Amino acid sequence: MTDTPAPRHIPDRLDKPLTSAIFSWEALLVVVAVAIFAVNSFASPYFLDAWSLSDLTFNFTEKALIALAMALLIISGEIDLSVAAIIALASTMMGMAVQAGAGMPELVAIGLVVGLGCGAFNGLLVTRLGLPSIVVTIGTMSLFRGIAFIILGDRAYKGYPASFAFFGQGYVWWVVSFELTLFLVAAVVYWFLLHRTSFGRRVFAIGNNPVAAQFSGVRVGRIKFILFCLTGLMAGIASVLITSRLGSTRPSIAQGYELEVITMVVLGGVSILGGAGSILGVMLAAFIMGLVTFGLGLLNVPGIVMSIFIGLLLIIVIALPILWRRVRRERFA
Amino acid sequence: MDTTAQHEVAHEAPLSSGPRLTLSGISKSFPGVRALHNVGLSLYPGQVTALIGENGAGKSTLVKIMTGIYQPDAGTISIDGQPVTLPSAHAAFGHGITAIHQETVLFDDLTVAENIFLGHAPRTRFKTIDWRTMRKNAREVLDTMGAGHIDADARLKDLGIANKHLVAVARAMSIDARIVIMDEPTAALSMKEIEELFLLIEFLKSDGKAILFISHKFDEIYRIADRYTVFRDGEMVGEGLIKDAGQSQIVRMMVGRSVDHIFPQRKAEIGAPVLAVSGLSHPTEFDDIGFELHRGEILGFYGLVGAGRSEVMQAISGITRTSGGTITLEGKAIAPKSAADSIYAGIVYVPEERGKQGVVIGLPIFQNVSLPSLKRTSKSGILRLAEEFALARSYTERLDLRASSLSQDVGTLSGGNQQKIVIAKWLATAPKVIILDEPTKGIDIGSKAAVHGFMAELVAQGLSVIMVSSELPEILGMSDRVVVMREGRIAAVYDNKGLDAETLVRTAAGIAA
Repeated sequence: MTDTPAPRHIPDRLDKPLTSAIFSWEALLVVVAVAIFAVNSFASPYFLDAWSLSDLTFNFTEKALIALAMALLIISGEIDLSVAAIIALASTMMGMAVQAGAGMPELVAIGLVVGLGCGAFNGLLVTRLGLPSIVVTIGTMSLFRGIAFIILGDRAYKGYPASFAFFGQGYVWWVVSFELTLFLVAAVVYWFLLHRTSFGRRVFAIGNNPVAAQFSGVRVGRIKFILFCLTGLMAGIASVLITSRLGSTRPSIAQGYELEVITMVVLGGVSILGGAGSILGVMLAAFIMGLVTFGLGLLNVPGIVMSIFIGLLLIIVIALPILWRRVRRERFA
Repeated sequence: MDTTAQHEVAHEAPLSSGPRLTLSGISKSFPGVRALHNVGLSLYPGQVTALIGENGAGKSTLVKIMTGIYQPDAGTISIDGQPVTLPSAHAAFGHGITAIHQETVLFDDLTVAENIFLGHAPRTRFKTIDWRTMRKNAREVLDTMGAGHIDADARLKDLGIANKHLVAVARAMSIDARIVIMDEPTAALSMKEIEELFLLIEFLKSDGKAILFISHKFDEIYRIADRYTVFRDGEMVGEGLIKDAGQSQIVRMMVGRSVDHIFPQRKAEIGAPVLAVSGLSHPTEFDDIGFELHRGEILGFYGLVGAGRSEVMQAISGITRTSGGTITLEGKAIAPKSAADSIYAGIVYVPEERGKQGVVIGLPIFQNVSLPSLKRTSKSGILRLAEEFALARSYTERLDLRASSLSQDVGTLSGGNQQKIVIAKWLATAPKVIILDEPTKGIDIGSKAAVHGFMAELVAQGLSVIMVSSELPEILGMSDRVVVMREGRIAAVYDNKGLDAETLVRTAAGIAA
C-alpha cells in the first residue's frame, strides 16, 4: 500500500511561501487594520495627527503586554482569567508601600514580585494539584481582587512619587511613549521565545498533545508553571504601567481587562483550543483593538456601547478563525 | 419508522435467493491512505456472511460506509436490487441496517426499554412517550429472543457486556432491521456467552435477517457463517461458501504472499547484559519483575491484555513511578523520574497508543521527529532548523517513510507511516535500549515489514530491543528470548529455539501444560 508515489528523498518543504503568506490569518489582520485606519481618518479630522496616534497606543499597550504571555499560555492549552485581578492586587501592594514611604525602585520591584508570585500560585495549583486552569483562575480572580478590596475598601491610594510617573506617562523620543517602546521590545522577546527556541517548540507540542509531549521527554508541568509565572509577571509589569499612568490605586482598577486580553490573543489567530498561534498575529490584533476603541472614542461613542462592541468582537473572533481554517483546509487539502 | 414497516411487508414474500444488500465497486480514500479499492460484498437473507481480514484490511471502513457514517468515493449500494444512498446514519437506520459493535454504542444511563426504543418509542394521543406500551413491547421483544431474563427497567450500565449485546440485538429487532452487522461481537465475551450469542444469531437467521459477521476467530467463523468475503489491504481478494473453503485457503487469501518475507533473517550476535531489572514493583499493576536484556538482543514480552507489560515498560522509562526495585543500565543504577530522565540515560519507550501518546498531530513531520532530541538539535535553547531537517531526513528515509515533504502535518499520514514517525523520533535520540510497545498494531503489511526489517537492522548495530507484542507470529518471528507475563508477574522466560505458540498461550493464560 503506497500513500503517494513518494521518492526515497523527502524534500524539506513543498509550500509555495507566497500563497501561504497571502492566505494567512496575519495577512487578513493587516487588511483589517488598514481598513479601520482608513475609516478612522475619514470619520474624524483629529485622527491623523502624531499626538493622536501616540495617545491611541495607550489604549492597548498595557493589555497587549499581558497578551504576549497569555498567547503562549493559551497555545499550551491553559488560560489565566486572573490577570486583571493580579493588576489590582499588585497595584494595591504598591499603594501600601507608598504609604510606608517606599521609593520608585521599591515600587517597581513590588509590582513585579507580586505579579510573579500570583502567577506562580496559579501555576502551582494547576500543575501540582492537576486542577483545570479555567476553574483555578476564576477562583484566584475573586481571591486577588477580594484582597485588594479588603485592604482598600472604597478608599484610594495616591501620592506616588514623581519619578514613578515616567513608566506610564513618559516618552522615550518625541511621540514614542515608554509603554509603546516596552511593548515592542517585549514583543520581539516573546516572538523569539515562541518561534525560535526549543522552549517555544515544546509549548506548541504540549498544546497539540500533552501526553505525547510528556512521553517525548518534555517536562510538561515545568513548562506550564513557567508560562503561568510569565503571565503573572507581565500582569505585574502592566500594573506598574497603569498605576504610574493613573497616579492612583482603587480596588476596581483594570476591571474586565482579562476579557480584552483574551480577545486580543484569539483575534491574533491563537487557537482557543491550544496548539496554534503566532506573536505577529497577537501584535496586529493589539493594534486593531487599539484603533477600534480609539476610533469609537473619537466619535464620542459611550462606554457601554464599547463594551457591547468588545463582547461582539470576542464572539466573532472565536468563530472567524475556525471558519477561516475550514476555508483554508478546503483550498489546500 | 413507518416506512421501514412498509418495506418489510412489501419484501416479506418468499425469500428470494438474490442478495438483500449488495455493495459493488466501493472505493474510499483518506488523505494519504487508500482504505478501500473497488471492493464488493453481498449479504443474503437468512445467511451469515463472515468478513475476514487482518487489522487495517478495510473492514471497519466498510462497516462505516454501510452504516452511513462515511460516504464512499465511488461504487454503488443496493438493497433488494434497488440502488440506495446512505448519506447519514439516520438514512442507514431507515433502510433497516443496524450494527452491533465490539463495545456496544448504547446509552449507559438509560433503561433497557429506553435503549431498545430510543428514536422510535410508542406515543400516546398527546405525542408523549407511552411508557407502559414501551415496557410491554420491550419485554415482548426480549422474550421472543429468549432473553426474558433481562429486566426491561434495568439501567444498561448494570448489565454485563453479553446482555448489552442482547439489548442491541433487541433494538435491531424492534426497528425491523433487515441487515445486521456484528463487528467482533465476541471479543469481550466468555465461552458460555458466545454460545448464547450464537443461538441468537441462529434465531436472527431463521427470521430472515441478512447478517454480516466480523471476527478474527476461525472457529467462530466456521461455526456460524454460511459465506465468507476476504479483504486484504483494502481490496476484496476472495469470496464464496464457507463449506467449500478450507481454513488454510482463507488464511492464504488473508495474508497473501507477503507472509514469507515479513520476518527478516538475521544473525544474532548477543553480547553482554545492558539492562538489568530486579524486584521492580508497583502497588497495583505489577510485582517483583526481574529480567536481563543483552546487547544486540530482541527480548519479546508476551501476555494477555492487562498482564501489566505496558505498565512495566512505562515504569522502566520513567513515565510511571514504582514502589520498589532496581534498574541498572550498563552497570549503573538509574531511577528515572520522567521520560526526560530515561531518554537522557539512554532508554526510550515507543508507546502503544500511536495517536494519543506517540505523534503530535498538528505539528509537521520534522518537528515530531526532533521533539525528544531538541537538546541536541538546538544550541543554547535556540532552534537550528537545518539540524532538525537533517535528523528527520536521516531517520525517516531509513524507515522508508512515504510523505510528500518533511513539513507535512503528521495527521495527514496513514497509520503505518505515522508509526514510522513514532519509531524514528525515539530512535533519533540515539538510545542504548529501545522499548517498542505493540510496534505493528493496526498498520498495513508493507509498513509492518519495514518496521520488522528496521528492528533487525537496529540490533545488528548493537542496540538492544524490548518488544511488547500480543501477536504470536511477531513474537515468534522476531524475538531471541520471550518473557511471558501473567497478572502482573513474570510467568516464564523462554529461549526462542523450537518455541511454539501453544506453549506461550498456555503460559500466558495460566493453563498447566
